[in-house]
Amino acid sequence: MADHETHDYDVIVIGAGGSGLRAAIAAHEAGARTAVVTKSLLGKAHTVMAEGGIAASMGNVWPEDNWRVHFRDTMRGGKMLNNWRMAQLHAQEAPDRVWELEEWGALFDRTKDGKISQRDFGGHRYARLAHVGDRTGLEMIRTLQQHAVDLGIDVYMECTVTRLLKNGDAIAGTFGYWRETGSFIQLNAPAVIIATGGIGKSFKVTSNSWEYTGDGHALALSAGANLINMEFVQFHPTGMVWPLSVRGLLITESVRGEGGVLRNSEGKRFMFDYISDYFKAETADTEEEADRWYDDHINNRRPPELLPRDEVARAINSEIKAGRGSPHGGVYLDIATRRSAADIHKRLPSMYHQFKELADVDITTDPMEVAPTCHYVMGGIEVDPETQAATVSGLFAVGEASGGMHGSNRLGGNSLSDLLVFGKRAGEFAADYAAKLPSRQVATDADVNAAVTAALKPFETKGGENAYAVQSELQDVMFDLVGIIRNAEEMQRALEQIEKFKTRAAAVTVEGGRAYNPGWHVALDINNMLTVSEACARAALERKESRGGHTRDDYPATDPHWGTINLIVTQKGGKIAIEHKPLPQMPEDLAELFEESH
Amino acid sequence: MAHDLHLRVWRGDGDGGDFVDYTVPVEEGEVVLDALHRLQATQAGDLAIRWNCKAGKCGSCSAEINGKPRLMCMTRLSIFEPGETITVNPMRTFPVIRDLVTDVSFNFEKAREVPSFAPPSDNVGGKFRMAQVDVDRSQEFRKCIECFLCQNTCHVIRDHEENKPAFAGPRFFIRYAELDMHPLDTHDRKLMAQEQEGLGLCNITKCCTEVCPENIRITDNAIIPMKERVVDSKYDPVLFLGSKIGMRKSDRSPVGPAAGRGVSPIKHPEKTAGGEVAAAVASEPGESALRKAALPAAGATGAAAGVGFLAWALRRRRTS
Repeated sequence: MADHETHDYDVIVIGAGGSGLRAAIAAHEAGARTAVVTKSLLGKAHTVMAEGGIAASMGNVWPEDNWRVHFRDTMRGGKMLNNWRMAQLHAQEAPDRVWELEEWGALFDRTKDGKISQRDFGGHRYARLAHVGDRTGLEMIRTLQQHAVDLGIDVYMECTVTRLLKNGDAIAGTFGYWRETGSFIQLNAPAVIIATGGIGKSFKVTSNSWEYTGDGHALALSAGANLINMEFVQFHPTGMVWPLSVRGLLITESVRGEGGVLRNSEGKRFMFDYISDYFKAETADTEEEADRWYDDHINNRRPPELLPRDEVARAINSEIKAGRGSPHGGVYLDIATRRSAADIHKRLPSMYHQFKELADVDITTDPMEVAPTCHYVMGGIEVDPETQAATVSGLFAVGEASGGMHGSNRLGGNSLSDLLVFGKRAGEFAADYAAKLPSRQVATDADVNAAVTAALKPFETKGGENAYAVQSELQDVMFDLVGIIRNAEEMQRALEQIEKFKTRAAAVTVEGGRAYNPGWHVALDINNMLTVSEACARAALERKESRGGHTRDDYPATDPHWGTINLIVTQKGGKIAIEHKPLPQMPEDLAELFEESH
Repeated sequence: MAHDLHLRVWRGDGDGGDFVDYTVPVEEGEVVLDALHRLQATQAGDLAIRWNCKAGKCGSCSAEINGKPRLMCMTRLSIFEPGETITVNPMRTFPVIRDLVTDVSFNFEKAREVPSFAPPSDNVGGKFRMAQVDVDRSQEFRKCIECFLCQNTCHVIRDHEENKPAFAGPRFFIRYAELDMHPLDTHDRKLMAQEQEGLGLCNITKCCTEVCPENIRITDNAIIPMKERVVDSKYDPVLFLGSKIGMRKSDRSPVGPAAGRGVSPIKHPEKTAGGEVAAAVASEPGESALRKAALPAAGATGAAAGVGFLAWALRRRRTS
């Protein structure tokens, strides 16, 4: 018998961001005894950092919009590598998921006729993002949090899962520790939903918080599940560059959606020089047309500042490398000369606040300095598009922790809608799975004891290595060698470094006790970071082309052959391996959408 | 400009603690949280800090810096005098877990008591129609990042543990105001806010507004209007009479607290028989979320923290 606390549930959700909370609500409503486990306090998850909005073709601003247009935009934004079925479900179900939030108390900005307002964003043909100023993620998480609390769903706050428990081939629960006390806690359940977000903390310049250590990716991999598309990492075009303290902090795409433009040190709107053939037909080629577009989407084409994120990030990177950057190594993002101070205050309040407080810059009078920052991983746990079930029985994954939906590049605004659409699906199917299971098994004592031993290992080790130092050096290596522009030689070097970091991570010594000890937490998290970093680097080395969030200067072209292949990451006997898998082909009626002239 | 910063950081747990002096190198443009992170990475690996976004958006890293309740991630080192020692202690109104981390579950329990948004039953499926001007007021309150600095500062519960059961605090008064001002809500929570959540205990000193990192005008826009609405519905003789003779029917139905629905779903570590939690902070068996405050008040150190806050409170009174 275990001498730590144990509880029994039907469904356990790891993560309390948008996808985790939505999944928990769905599982609870389907009748499952449901628990949410989160590393942080409730309501603090990284979803609060989402600023721009939730993409959904409600057609409140442009009645021409519908799910097919949204689906088409999403697939083209992902350079056609998306799982078509996920992209279709996403586009079809997103509007209902937004309206539902409103019934739970969300207060979106309104159109003149009192509907939910929708704003323009990169890669979206019509203004499509339901938003609340530039704090949409906060609104979403607070709404879901309040609804989940109202429903009485059990929440384990500041509680970290270190291992998925199995019995035979099927999931049996989770094992982890309370941050407050360092005591262990085992949750037995036949269905576990991973909603742990991304891996961005493995990169030095990132918009991601400390939580983004790839826990879910690594937990799933070690439990025998597959990862997919791990080579695709999104660098958001506009992160802060100065002061160094806030380098990487996100500047919402809404700045460009609201009319902001990018300029280099010569004052030139350089994005017109970076319109790829792929998007030529739908992108304005003069400033006049681009500026007319904001009021007339039908007769004008989209400004190049609103190309998908991978395109804009590469352009900014090129301008900086060509020596046309700003003093602190970015380019200029200008909203001050484009919109009135009153509009900026109303539409971009937290951007105003962020620059005023942290950089002494008044964005109503001065331009912002921006450069790309690691923002999102398109790759994640391979799941069934309908049910979000992973390849291990009883395991489900959703949100950034799952893969496939966004292909090689995610459009802005498609994340929050992804969380809601697939959160609901994952919760329902996990509850259904648990209900239909003829019998339940708990993990063996031997497995639980092994989890205990692994969690306590850093206290036993006397190697003298500092976990924070290893973490920081890994972030440097990933950003410098597996970053926005990649090549084989650098990625090989990164993999060699990762091997050395593994050795050092095994020699980490922790000072202090088990109660709320961040040194211990980092010592455990670093293992997950190393796993996902290796998965990312190996997949990136394997894909010999450039596409979306994977750009190689040794293979700069997009190769149609690679456009039919997904890379699958597996872990067998502790070793990470890469497999090729054919991309699922969409049915003809959907394929036709891509033939019509724009 | 890089320089060495002198920091005094409260270290300890529920059983007591003390300020510890550190010197840490800092760079231009950095915030207090940067300095503490560097301290953690190089000198004090087990220093407990709660933080997430480091961008003023999640409200995790609340603490008291030179006596003033602030977010550590939004407090730039440049606001202090060169050479000034920066003192950081945990929020005082909540029990300490460890170092700068406090047990804020008081707030999560109070959140459970708020009856949630109740839309009209015939108005579902994307049919909501609300003018921007009608949602502006509630949207201001939904900017709240739940840093709980307002709760920490409020003198009704700061150093008055006995008031906690009867007082929801400024964070939840703006929640009540948000729902009361929601154009489509069908519940009336005014009497509940007054009689069960302690709205009347607030004597509008505006300390909460002062410390709000989101600049929400808590007192002026939420608490005072709510007090006025309570007075209207409770004491206006015409309304009172009207309601008695059936002349005036409110379109909102009064509701009481949503709490009392059983065990809190917000879970806490259990004490287990195995006694494996040797290094853990012990909580008394059966202790609720409203655990007795274990303030960093043991002896002189607590006094130091208290004096800092008092100094800040007096300064703000002089300048306002």
